[in-house]
Amino acid sequence: MSHVIEVSHLTKRYREAVAVDDVDFAIQKDKIYGLLGRNGAGKTTVMSILTAQNFATRGTVRVFGEDPYENAQVLSRMCFVRESQKYPDDALPLHAFRTARLFFPNWNQDFADRLIAEFQLPMKTRIKKLSRGQLSAVGVIIGLASRAEITFFDEPYLGLDAVARQIFYDRLLEDYAEHPRTVILSSHLIDEISHLIERVLVIDQGRIIMDEDTDTVRGLAANIVGDSAAVDAFTDGRDVIHRESLGRVASVTVLGALTDADREQLRAAGLDVGPVSLQQLIVRTTQHAGTAGEAHAEGVLR
Amino acid sequence: MIEEGRPIFLQIAEGVEAAIVDGSLAEEAQAPSTNELAAFHRINPATAAKGVALLVDQGVLYKKRGIGMFVASGARERLLEARRAAFAERYIGPLLVEAHALGLGPDELSAIIRERATAPTTSTTSEGITP
Repeated sequence: MSHVIEVSHLTKRYREAVAVDDVDFAIQKDKIYGLLGRNGAGKTTVMSILTAQNFATRGTVRVFGEDPYENAQVLSRMCFVRESQKYPDDALPLHAFRTARLFFPNWNQDFADRLIAEFQLPMKTRIKKLSRGQLSAVGVIIGLASRAEITFFDEPYLGLDAVARQIFYDRLLEDYAEHPRTVILSSHLIDEISHLIERVLVIDQGRIIMDEDTDTVRGLAANIVGDSAAVDAFTDGRDVIHRESLGRVASVTVLGALTDADREQLRAAGLDVGPVSLQQLIVRTTQHAGTAGEAHAEGVLR
Repeated sequence: MIEEGRPIFLQIAEGVEAAIVDGSLAEEAQAPSTNELAAFHRINPATAAKGVALLVDQGVLYKKRGIGMFVASGARERLLEARRAAFAERYIGPLLVEAHALGLGPDELSAIIRERATAPTTSTTSEGITP
Protein backbone atom coordinates (compact mmCIF):
# COMPACT_ATOMS: atom_id res chain seq x y z
CA MET A 1 0.00 0.00 0.00
CA SER A 2 1.68 3.21 -1.03
CA HIS A 3 1.22 6.42 0.88
CA VAL A 4 1.03 9.80 -0.77
CA ILE A 5 1.07 11.66 2.54
CA GLU A 6 2.94 10.81 5.70
CA VAL A 7 2.65 12.86 8.84
CA SER A 8 4.53 12.31 12.06
CA HIS A 9 4.35 14.12 15.38
CA LEU A 10 2.56 17.01 13.74
CA THR A 11 1.76 19.74 16.24
CA LYS A 12 0.30 23.18 15.69
CA ARG A 13 -0.03 25.73 18.44
CA TYR A 14 -1.75 29.07 18.22
CA ARG A 15 -0.35 30.84 21.27
CA GLU A 16 -1.69 28.76 24.15
CA ALA A 17 -4.21 26.75 22.15
CA VAL A 18 -3.10 23.45 20.66
CA ALA A 19 -4.94 23.02 17.36
CA VAL A 20 -3.15 19.84 16.33
CA ASP A 21 -1.63 17.69 19.01
CA ASP A 22 1.26 15.36 18.11
CA VAL A 23 -0.54 13.61 15.29
CA ASP A 24 0.66 10.68 13.15
CA PHE A 25 -1.14 9.38 10.11
CA ALA A 26 -0.67 8.37 6.51
CA ILE A 27 -2.91 8.78 3.49
CA GLN A 28 -3.09 5.89 1.03
CA LYS A 29 -2.86 6.56 -2.67
CA ASP A 30 -6.00 6.79 -4.81
CA LYS A 31 -8.57 6.50 -2.03
CA ILE A 32 -11.37 8.82 -1.05
CA TYR A 33 -11.05 9.85 2.59
CA GLY A 34 -13.59 11.46 4.83
CA LEU A 35 -11.88 13.84 7.25
CA LEU A 36 -14.46 14.22 9.97
CA GLY A 37 -14.67 16.07 13.23
CA ARG A 38 -16.35 18.90 15.02
CA ASN A 39 -15.75 22.55 14.32
CA GLY A 40 -12.39 23.53 15.70
CA ALA A 41 -11.19 19.92 15.87
CA GLY A 42 -8.22 20.79 13.66
CA LYS A 43 -9.35 19.65 10.19
CA THR A 44 -8.64 22.86 8.33
CA THR A 45 -5.34 23.35 10.15
CA VAL A 46 -4.16 19.89 9.09
CA MET A 47 -5.18 20.47 5.46
CA SER A 48 -3.50 23.90 5.41
CA ILE A 49 -0.25 22.47 6.71
CA LEU A 50 -0.31 19.57 4.23
CA THR A 51 -0.72 22.05 1.38
CA ALA A 52 1.98 24.36 2.76
CA GLN A 53 -0.46 27.18 3.46
CA ASN A 54 0.35 27.10 7.14
CA PHE A 55 3.37 26.19 9.23
CA ALA A 56 3.70 23.34 11.64
CA THR A 57 4.93 24.13 15.12
CA ARG A 58 6.57 20.73 15.30
CA GLY A 59 6.66 17.46 13.42
CA THR A 60 7.21 16.45 9.83
CA VAL A 61 4.98 16.30 6.78
CA ARG A 62 5.88 14.39 3.63
CA VAL A 63 3.82 14.64 0.47
CA PHE A 64 4.92 12.32 -2.35
CA GLY A 65 7.92 11.70 -0.13
CA GLU A 66 8.95 15.37 -0.07
CA ASP A 67 8.55 18.43 2.09
CA PRO A 68 5.77 20.50 0.47
CA TYR A 69 7.11 23.90 1.56
CA GLU A 70 7.95 26.11 -1.42
CA ASN A 71 8.12 22.92 -3.42
CA ALA A 72 6.45 23.75 -6.73
CA GLN A 73 6.81 20.18 -7.97
CA VAL A 74 4.73 18.88 -5.09
CA LEU A 75 2.28 21.77 -4.84
CA SER A 76 1.21 21.59 -8.50
CA ARG A 77 0.09 18.01 -7.86
CA MET A 78 -2.24 19.08 -5.02
CA CYS A 79 -5.43 21.08 -4.99
CA PHE A 80 -6.93 22.55 -1.82
CA VAL A 81 -10.49 23.80 -2.09
CA ARG A 82 -10.90 26.02 0.93
CA GLU A 83 -14.21 26.66 2.56
CA SER A 84 -13.57 30.39 2.46
CA GLN A 85 -11.31 30.90 -0.52
CA LYS A 86 -10.50 34.55 -1.16
CA TYR A 87 -10.35 35.92 -4.69
CA PRO A 88 -9.24 39.35 -5.93
CA ASP A 89 -12.02 41.94 -5.76
CA ASP A 90 -12.54 42.27 -9.49
CA ALA A 91 -12.09 38.58 -10.35
CA LEU A 92 -14.68 36.79 -12.47
CA PRO A 93 -15.18 33.01 -12.28
CA LEU A 94 -13.54 32.95 -15.71
CA HIS A 95 -10.33 34.37 -14.22
CA ALA A 96 -10.30 31.83 -11.42
CA PHE A 97 -10.65 28.97 -13.91
CA ARG A 98 -7.98 30.43 -16.19
CA THR A 99 -5.55 30.63 -13.29
CA ALA A 100 -6.37 27.08 -12.25
CA ARG A 101 -5.77 25.92 -15.82
CA LEU A 102 -2.28 27.43 -15.75
CA PHE A 103 -1.45 25.97 -12.38
CA PHE A 104 -2.75 22.39 -12.57
CA PRO A 105 -1.06 20.17 -15.15
CA ASN A 106 -4.02 17.77 -15.37
CA TRP A 107 -6.67 20.49 -15.73
CA ASN A 108 -9.50 19.39 -18.02
CA GLN A 109 -11.34 22.28 -19.64
CA ASP A 110 -14.17 20.15 -21.11
CA PHE A 111 -14.95 18.80 -17.67
CA ALA A 112 -14.84 22.32 -16.21
CA ASP A 113 -17.21 23.61 -18.91
CA ARG A 114 -19.63 20.80 -18.27
CA LEU A 115 -19.61 21.50 -14.52
CA ILE A 116 -20.08 25.24 -15.10
CA ALA A 117 -23.21 24.43 -17.12
CA GLU A 118 -24.50 21.93 -14.57
CA PHE A 119 -24.02 24.29 -11.64
CA GLN A 120 -25.48 27.11 -13.77
CA LEU A 121 -22.64 29.34 -12.67
CA PRO A 122 -22.87 32.90 -14.01
CA MET A 123 -19.49 33.51 -15.65
CA LYS A 124 -19.77 37.27 -16.01
CA THR A 125 -20.59 38.11 -12.41
CA ARG A 126 -17.72 39.13 -10.17
CA ILE A 127 -16.92 36.36 -7.68
CA LYS A 128 -17.42 38.90 -4.90
CA LYS A 129 -21.06 39.27 -5.96
CA LEU A 130 -21.81 35.55 -6.19
CA SER A 131 -24.08 33.85 -3.68
CA ARG A 132 -22.53 31.56 -1.07
CA GLY A 133 -23.62 28.52 -3.08
CA GLN A 134 -22.20 29.89 -6.34
CA LEU A 135 -18.94 30.67 -4.57
CA SER A 136 -18.80 27.07 -3.36
CA ALA A 137 -19.50 25.91 -6.92
CA VAL A 138 -16.42 27.81 -8.15
CA GLY A 139 -14.30 25.87 -5.64
CA VAL A 140 -15.93 22.54 -6.43
CA ILE A 141 -15.38 23.04 -10.17
CA ILE A 142 -11.70 23.88 -9.64
CA GLY A 143 -11.28 20.91 -7.30
CA LEU A 144 -12.83 18.46 -9.74
CA ALA A 145 -11.50 19.78 -13.07
CA SER A 146 -7.94 20.14 -11.77
CA ARG A 147 -7.77 16.34 -11.47
CA ALA A 148 -4.90 16.87 -9.05
CA GLU A 149 -3.29 13.74 -7.64
CA ILE A 150 -4.37 14.85 -4.18
CA THR A 151 -7.47 17.00 -3.79
CA PHE A 152 -8.68 18.45 -0.51
CA PHE A 153 -12.25 19.64 -0.23
CA ASP A 154 -12.85 21.56 2.99
CA GLU A 155 -16.61 21.66 3.56
CA PRO A 156 -17.15 22.32 -0.13
CA TYR A 157 -20.95 22.27 0.10
CA LEU A 158 -21.68 25.49 2.01
CA GLY A 159 -24.69 27.16 0.46
CA LEU A 160 -25.11 24.44 -2.16
CA ASP A 161 -28.66 23.13 -2.33
CA ALA A 162 -29.44 19.41 -2.31
CA VAL A 163 -29.49 19.20 -6.10
CA ALA A 164 -26.10 20.90 -6.47
CA ARG A 165 -24.59 18.72 -3.75
CA GLN A 166 -25.81 15.62 -5.55
CA ILE A 167 -24.21 16.89 -8.77
CA PHE A 168 -20.95 17.30 -6.87
CA TYR A 169 -21.07 13.80 -5.35
CA ASP A 170 -22.06 12.16 -8.64
CA ARG A 171 -19.40 13.90 -10.71
CA LEU A 172 -16.77 13.23 -8.06
CA LEU A 173 -17.51 9.48 -8.07
CA GLU A 174 -17.80 9.32 -11.83
CA ASP A 175 -14.56 11.15 -12.49
CA TYR A 176 -12.75 9.32 -9.70
CA ALA A 177 -13.73 5.99 -11.25
CA GLU A 178 -12.17 7.03 -14.56
CA HIS A 179 -9.24 8.95 -13.10
CA PRO A 180 -8.40 7.44 -9.71
CA ARG A 181 -6.76 9.90 -7.36
CA THR A 182 -6.53 10.74 -3.70
CA VAL A 183 -9.41 12.81 -2.36
CA ILE A 184 -9.76 14.13 1.17
CA LEU A 185 -13.23 15.38 1.87
CA SER A 186 -13.98 17.26 5.05
CA SER A 187 -17.67 17.38 5.81
CA HIS A 188 -20.27 17.65 8.52
CA LEU A 189 -22.90 16.04 6.29
CA ILE A 190 -21.59 12.61 7.16
CA ASP A 191 -24.64 10.62 6.08
CA GLU A 192 -24.48 12.26 2.66
CA ILE A 193 -20.89 11.25 2.04
CA SER A 194 -20.70 7.96 3.93
CA HIS A 195 -21.16 5.86 0.77
CA LEU A 196 -18.55 7.85 -1.10
CA ILE A 197 -15.63 7.47 1.24
CA GLU A 198 -13.43 4.43 1.50
CA ARG A 199 -11.55 5.52 4.61
CA VAL A 200 -12.61 7.49 7.65
CA LEU A 201 -10.25 9.80 9.48
CA VAL A 202 -11.75 11.37 12.58
CA ILE A 203 -10.01 14.23 14.32
CA ASP A 204 -11.13 15.36 17.73
CA GLN A 205 -9.51 18.05 19.85
CA GLY A 206 -6.44 18.03 17.68
CA ARG A 207 -5.96 14.26 17.78
CA ILE A 208 -6.73 11.49 15.33
CA ILE A 209 -9.20 9.22 17.10
CA MET A 210 -10.16 7.00 14.17
CA ASP A 211 -8.37 5.91 11.00
CA GLU A 212 -10.31 3.00 9.50
CA ASP A 213 -11.95 1.54 6.42
CA THR A 214 -15.52 2.79 6.23
CA ASP A 215 -16.76 -0.79 5.95
CA THR A 216 -15.05 -1.68 9.21
CA VAL A 217 -16.46 1.35 10.97
CA ARG A 218 -19.98 0.33 10.02
CA GLY A 219 -19.68 -2.78 12.18
CA LEU A 220 -18.02 -0.99 15.08
CA ALA A 221 -21.09 -0.15 17.09
CA ALA A 222 -24.65 -1.28 17.66
CA ASN A 223 -27.75 0.13 19.29
CA ILE A 224 -29.34 -2.11 21.89
CA VAL A 225 -32.96 -1.30 22.63
CA GLY A 226 -35.40 -2.79 25.11
CA ASP A 227 -36.30 -3.11 28.78
CA SER A 228 -33.74 -1.00 30.61
CA ALA A 229 -32.83 -3.64 33.21
CA ALA A 230 -32.18 -6.19 30.45
CA VAL A 231 -30.27 -3.64 28.38
CA ASP A 232 -28.09 -2.73 31.34
CA ALA A 233 -27.43 -6.38 32.11
CA PHE A 234 -26.21 -6.89 28.56
CA THR A 235 -24.17 -3.70 28.27
CA ASP A 236 -22.53 -4.07 31.69
CA GLY A 237 -18.77 -4.19 31.17
CA ARG A 238 -19.01 -3.10 27.54
CA ASP A 239 -17.85 0.18 26.10
CA VAL A 240 -21.03 2.25 26.23
CA ILE A 241 -20.80 5.47 24.24
CA HIS A 242 -24.36 6.65 24.51
CA ARG A 243 -27.41 5.94 26.61
CA GLU A 244 -30.90 7.30 26.57
CA SER A 245 -34.07 6.07 28.14
CA LEU A 246 -37.79 6.68 28.06
CA GLY A 247 -39.71 5.16 30.92
CA ARG A 248 -38.65 1.55 31.19
CA VAL A 249 -37.13 1.41 27.72
CA ALA A 250 -33.46 2.15 27.20
CA SER A 251 -31.46 2.63 24.03
CA VAL A 252 -27.75 2.14 24.46
CA THR A 253 -24.98 2.42 21.88
CA VAL A 254 -22.10 0.04 22.50
CA LEU A 255 -18.75 -0.10 20.77
CA GLY A 256 -17.35 -3.37 19.50
CA ALA A 257 -18.66 -5.84 16.93
CA LEU A 258 -21.33 -8.24 18.20
CA THR A 259 -20.49 -11.93 18.13
CA ASP A 260 -22.99 -14.67 17.28
CA ALA A 261 -23.14 -15.50 20.98
CA ASP A 262 -23.99 -11.87 21.73
CA ARG A 263 -26.81 -11.95 19.22
CA GLU A 264 -28.14 -15.17 20.68
CA GLN A 265 -28.05 -13.63 24.15
CA LEU A 266 -29.86 -10.52 22.87
CA ARG A 267 -32.55 -12.62 21.23
CA ALA A 268 -33.05 -14.61 24.40
CA ALA A 269 -33.35 -11.42 26.45
CA GLY A 270 -35.89 -10.00 23.98
CA LEU A 271 -33.68 -7.05 23.08
CA ASP A 272 -33.59 -5.38 19.68
CA VAL A 273 -30.38 -4.59 17.86
CA GLY A 274 -30.29 -1.65 15.51
CA PRO A 275 -27.60 -0.33 13.22
CA VAL A 276 -25.62 2.78 14.05
CA SER A 277 -25.06 5.07 11.09
CA LEU A 278 -21.61 6.46 10.45
CA GLN A 279 -22.91 9.90 11.43
CA GLN A 280 -24.35 8.66 14.73
CA LEU A 281 -21.14 6.82 15.51
CA ILE A 282 -18.96 9.85 14.83
CA VAL A 283 -21.27 12.14 16.79
CA ARG A 284 -21.24 9.77 19.73
CA THR A 285 -17.53 9.02 19.75
CA THR A 286 -16.61 12.68 19.50
CA GLN A 287 -19.17 13.56 22.21
CA HIS A 288 -17.78 10.73 24.28
CA ALA A 289 -14.17 11.83 23.84
CA GLY A 290 -15.25 15.35 24.71
CA THR A 291 -16.64 14.39 28.08
CA ALA A 292 -14.21 11.60 28.96
CA GLY A 293 -11.07 13.33 27.75
CA GLU A 294 -10.57 16.09 30.28
CA ALA A 295 -6.87 15.23 30.10
CA HIS A 296 -6.31 17.08 26.84
CA ALA A 297 -9.14 19.56 27.11
CA GLU A 298 -6.74 22.40 26.35
CA GLY A 299 -6.69 21.74 22.65
CA VAL A 300 -9.51 23.35 20.76
CA LEU A 301 -10.01 26.49 18.71
CA ARG A 302 -9.34 26.88 15.06
CA MET B 1 -31.95 1.11 -1.91
CA ILE B 2 -28.78 0.77 0.15
CA GLU B 3 -29.71 0.22 3.77
CA GLU B 4 -27.74 1.25 6.83
CA GLY B 5 -26.25 -1.26 9.18
CA ARG B 6 -25.21 -3.94 6.72
CA PRO B 7 -21.95 -3.88 4.77
CA ILE B 8 -22.60 -2.20 1.43
CA PHE B 9 -20.45 -4.64 -0.54
CA LEU B 10 -22.70 -7.49 0.65
CA GLN B 11 -25.75 -5.61 -0.52
CA ILE B 12 -24.11 -5.02 -3.91
CA ALA B 13 -23.34 -8.73 -4.23
CA GLU B 14 -26.91 -9.61 -3.23
CA GLY B 15 -28.28 -7.21 -5.82
CA VAL B 16 -26.34 -8.95 -8.60
CA GLU B 17 -27.40 -12.35 -7.23
CA ALA B 18 -31.03 -11.27 -7.26
CA ALA B 19 -30.73 -10.25 -10.93
CA ILE B 20 -29.28 -13.68 -11.74
CA VAL B 21 -31.99 -15.50 -9.81
CA ASP B 22 -34.87 -13.59 -11.42
CA GLY B 23 -33.27 -14.17 -14.80
CA SER B 24 -32.74 -10.54 -15.76
CA LEU B 25 -29.02 -11.31 -15.79
CA ALA B 26 -28.56 -14.54 -17.75
CA GLU B 27 -25.79 -17.05 -17.37
CA GLU B 28 -22.80 -16.29 -19.59
CA ALA B 29 -24.07 -12.72 -19.98
CA GLN B 30 -21.79 -9.84 -19.09
CA ALA B 31 -22.34 -8.56 -15.55
CA PRO B 32 -22.35 -4.84 -14.76
CA SER B 33 -18.85 -3.44 -14.27
CA THR B 34 -17.56 -2.15 -10.96
CA ASN B 35 -17.83 1.42 -12.20
CA GLU B 36 -21.38 0.89 -13.44
CA LEU B 37 -22.39 -0.54 -10.07
CA ALA B 38 -20.67 2.34 -8.26
CA ALA B 39 -22.37 4.97 -10.40
CA PHE B 40 -25.77 3.32 -10.13
CA HIS B 41 -25.69 2.87 -6.37
CA ARG B 42 -23.70 6.10 -5.83
CA ILE B 43 -21.02 4.35 -3.84
CA ASN B 44 -17.26 4.28 -3.83
CA PRO B 45 -15.93 2.07 -6.69
CA ALA B 46 -13.70 0.21 -4.22
CA THR B 47 -16.81 -0.91 -2.32
CA ALA B 48 -18.47 -2.08 -5.53
CA ALA B 49 -15.26 -3.92 -6.43
CA LYS B 50 -15.39 -5.72 -3.08
CA GLY B 51 -18.91 -6.93 -3.84
CA VAL B 52 -17.86 -8.16 -7.27
CA ALA B 53 -14.78 -9.88 -5.80
CA LEU B 54 -17.03 -11.73 -3.37
CA LEU B 55 -19.12 -13.08 -6.26
CA VAL B 56 -15.96 -14.14 -8.09
CA ASP B 57 -14.79 -15.99 -4.96
CA GLN B 58 -18.13 -17.78 -4.78
CA GLY B 59 -17.91 -18.75 -8.44
CA VAL B 60 -21.00 -16.77 -9.38
CA LEU B 61 -19.06 -14.45 -11.68
CA TYR B 62 -15.87 -15.05 -13.58
CA LYS B 63 -13.48 -12.71 -15.27
CA LYS B 64 -12.66 -12.62 -18.95
CA ARG B 65 -9.40 -10.79 -19.19
CA GLY B 66 -9.69 -7.40 -20.84
CA ILE B 67 -13.44 -7.75 -21.37
CA GLY B 68 -15.13 -7.85 -17.99
CA MET B 69 -17.14 -9.97 -15.61
CA PHE B 70 -19.53 -12.71 -16.76
CA VAL B 71 -22.12 -14.86 -15.04
CA ALA B 72 -20.89 -18.42 -14.57
CA SER B 73 -22.82 -21.38 -15.99
CA GLY B 74 -24.93 -23.04 -13.34
CA ALA B 75 -24.79 -19.94 -11.14
CA ARG B 76 -28.57 -19.51 -11.12
CA GLU B 77 -29.26 -23.04 -9.95
CA ARG B 78 -26.61 -22.79 -7.23
CA LEU B 79 -28.01 -19.49 -6.00
CA LEU B 80 -31.54 -20.91 -5.98
CA GLU B 81 -30.37 -23.85 -3.92
CA ALA B 82 -28.66 -21.59 -1.41
CA ARG B 83 -31.78 -19.48 -1.13
CA ARG B 84 -34.03 -22.49 -0.59
CA ALA B 85 -31.68 -23.67 2.13
CA ALA B 86 -31.89 -20.27 3.83
CA PHE B 87 -35.65 -19.95 3.32
CA ALA B 88 -36.81 -21.47 6.62
CA GLU B 89 -34.29 -19.55 8.69
CA ARG B 90 -34.96 -16.26 6.95
CA TYR B 91 -38.73 -16.27 6.52
CA ILE B 92 -40.36 -18.99 8.61
CA GLY B 93 -38.55 -18.07 11.84
CA PRO B 94 -39.80 -14.45 11.96
CA LEU B 95 -43.23 -15.61 10.74
CA LEU B 96 -43.57 -17.99 13.69
CA VAL B 97 -42.45 -15.34 16.16
CA GLU B 98 -45.08 -12.89 14.92
CA ALA B 99 -47.76 -15.59 14.72
CA HIS B 100 -47.02 -16.62 18.29
CA ALA B 101 -47.27 -13.01 19.48
CA LEU B 102 -50.70 -12.77 17.80
CA GLY B 103 -51.89 -16.06 19.24
CA LEU B 104 -52.09 -17.81 15.86
CA GLY B 105 -51.50 -21.55 16.17
CA PRO B 106 -49.94 -23.86 13.54
CA ASP B 107 -53.35 -24.83 12.10
CA GLU B 108 -54.52 -21.27 11.63
CA LEU B 109 -51.15 -20.38 10.17
CA SER B 110 -51.18 -23.14 7.59
CA ALA B 111 -54.75 -22.24 6.67
CA ILE B 112 -53.66 -18.66 5.96
CA ILE B 113 -50.66 -19.84 3.94
CA ARG B 114 -52.75 -22.28 1.91
CA GLU B 115 -55.35 -19.62 1.18
CA ARG B 116 -52.74 -17.12 0.06
CA ALA B 117 -50.71 -19.64 -1.92
CA THR B 118 -53.68 -20.75 -4.02
CA ALA B 119 -54.91 -17.22 -4.68
CA PRO B 120 -54.13 -15.92 -8.19
CA THR B 121 -50.62 -14.52 -8.18
CA THR B 122 -49.13 -11.81 -10.34
CA SER B 123 -45.49 -12.78 -9.98
CA THR B 124 -43.86 -14.31 -13.03
CA THR B 125 -40.35 -15.44 -13.68
CA SER B 126 -38.77 -14.04 -16.80
CA GLU B 127 -36.24 -16.40 -18.32
CA GLY B 128 -32.87 -15.25 -19.50
CA ILE B 129 -33.18 -11.74 -20.83
CA THR B 130 -29.73 -10.89 -22.10
CA PRO B 131 -28.80 -7.28 -21.46
